Amino acid sequence: MLRFLVNRIVSLIITLFLIITVTFFLMHAVPGGPFTQEKKLPPAIEEALREKYHLNDPLWKQYIDYVGGVLRLDLGPSLVYEGRRVNEFIKEGFPISARVGTYSILLILLLGIPFGVISALKQNKWQDNLVMFGATLGITIPNFVIATVLLYVFALKLGWVPTFGVKDPKGWILPAIALSGYSLSFVARLTRSTMLEVLQQDYIRTARAKGLSEGVVIFKHALRNAIIPVVSYVGPLIAGILTGGFVVERIFALPGMGRYFVISITNRDYPTIMGVTIFFAAFLMIMILIVDLLYGLIDPRIKVTD
Amino acid sequence: MSQKLLEVKDLKTSFYIHLGEVQAVRGVSFSVDKGEAIGIVGESGSGKSVTSMSIMRLLQYPGRIKDGEIIFKGEDIVKKSDKEMMAIRGNEIAMIFQDPMTSLNPVFTIGDQIMEAIRRHQGLNKKDAKEKAIEMLRLVGIPSPESRVDNYPHEFSGGMRQRAMIAIALSCQPDLLIADEPTTALDVTIQAQILELMKDLKDKVNTSIILITHDLGVVADVCSRIVVMYGGLIMEEGTSEEIFYDPKHPYTMGLLKSIPRLDLGQKQRLVPIEGTPPDLIKPPVGCPFVSRCPYAMKICKEYRPPYFEVSKGHRSMCWLLHEKAPKVEVETGVKRGTA
Repeated sequence: MLRFLVNRIVSLIITLFLIITVTFFLMHAVPGGPFTQEKKLPPAIEEALREKYHLNDPLWKQYIDYVGGVLRLDLGPSLVYEGRRVNEFIKEGFPISARVGTYSILLILLLGIPFGVISALKQNKWQDNLVMFGATLGITIPNFVIATVLLYVFALKLGWVPTFGVKDPKGWILPAIALSGYSLSFVARLTRSTMLEVLQQDYIRTARAKGLSEGVVIFKHALRNAIIPVVSYVGPLIAGILTGGFVVERIFALPGMGRYFVISITNRDYPTIMGVTIFFAAFLMIMILIVDLLYGLIDPRIKVTD
Repeated sequence: MSQKLLEVKDLKTSFYIHLGEVQAVRGVSFSVDKGEAIGIVGESGSGKSVTSMSIMRLLQYPGRIKDGEIIFKGEDIVKKSDKEMMAIRGNEIAMIFQDPMTSLNPVFTIGDQIMEAIRRHQGLNKKDAKEKAIEMLRLVGIPSPESRVDNYPHEFSGGMRQRAMIAIALSCQPDLLIADEPTTALDVTIQAQILELMKDLKDKVNTSIILITHDLGVVADVCSRIVVMYGGLIMEEGTSEEIFYDPKHPYTMGLLKSIPRLDLGQKQRLVPIEGTPPDLIKPPVGCPFVSRCPYAMKICKEYRPPYFEVSKGHRSMCWLLHEKAPKVEVETGVKRGTA
């Protein structure tokens, strides 16, 4: 177990290093630079700025300097927002992204799984049709459309929630719903299909033959097995929610990480692009590691060994 | 005088699918005495498993008991509510299934799965239930049951899993144990062990057994009486002796001729029964076996034969037993003292 963890963490660090390298050189291969703007800067000033941020150094030296900074957990200064550092962006933005993400993940699991179970138990009845109709809508309609419709109805027409920001705690509701739409539908469909499959298994018949009640048969014997594929979806889901949040964050004007990421790319704000990418990559890999550990708890056939 | 534990009277079970009504069981009557083991034999689709699932009231949609009575300990199971059935299943009537590899839930320990039945029906606390589970595993011959009780099914071999299934089934001392092809998925040496175990436990626990199989060799060993099913009907019923040495139905004879035997050496030819079982959506009017029967007569196609009593307890649904029918001598190759 301990060796498994050490192995995984070592491979995580190697992967992260590769990501840093590839992103760094790809980013510099893209034409343009942080000071390329519509209104051209006087050459002397631009030259001074380039000198200040060591952009005139050879690329390999910039790379070594940057990796050194990452090792000291310093992601460098922003080239666009004067005097701000990338670490600050993450410190400010991530809690907000994480909070709205957590709300929507709770929504996804607490509604998606029960909807899937209901659908499977009432297969081809109206309950199933209703859930599957909703799930199809959720999967096909992009989240920015859902977000806009929600805003129009609940913020503008009904006035139940604010149209932007989270000063009012009710402001979290719509972003969380908009963000969960696709995955909620996906989890409901996944739970339904695995549940239908599990209910046909011999061990379900055994459970019934023991005289167990339908409740125990379904929620203990069937659901525990049906949920295994759902768990494997949760790792990428968490990362997806946090990165996919960019659009929704913009629509609801939430000061999350997404804003910095999008702006930094259009501005060629090299350290910010790098910092946010590294942060997301590390986050995704840690989430997948946690899910792998959870797997072993839910399904005894999967043993975490070296 | 032995006492009747279970009496199935004219049981009819159908599956209602979009093509129509599949009449899987079309009027089956038999009984099981206390402490007795009977075998139900027949090929796939003969209705033997559906009969057992009807007794357990575990028919899956779209299956339904259409008619008939199943009298268990003096009460009709068909009329019981789902809740009453839950108290009977696993407690008074237990069942083991064909494939031990898939019949245990992979995510719970063997112990948990045995304890579940014990706690449900006997109201024991966790500690006592675990004791009981270990005791059951020892009874069915699992070595070092104290540590094995915490194993998961994937840590057991096929034979051990079937032993664990038997432990679950017998944990509440059921009056009736239904074993649906319990040895089909196991290899031959393990088959023999499991059958020995069932015979042994039948005497120890005094449980009645219904053993369902397509393998006549298996029932000969365990059962005192045999019911031969075909096309949703009982073709012949008698003691094991009568079925093996004095079969009266051409279907029984065909089954006997199609099993390999040690004592005949290499000269023996296995004789398959030609053809396929009847379509039970449109079951034949007469004898269901008519299209495959080497002795079929005109009447067989038009009228379903009644049961002819050969001797007390030995009956056969075949027109050949009518006094006006031609006498046929059949050599099945099974001789007394050799089976």
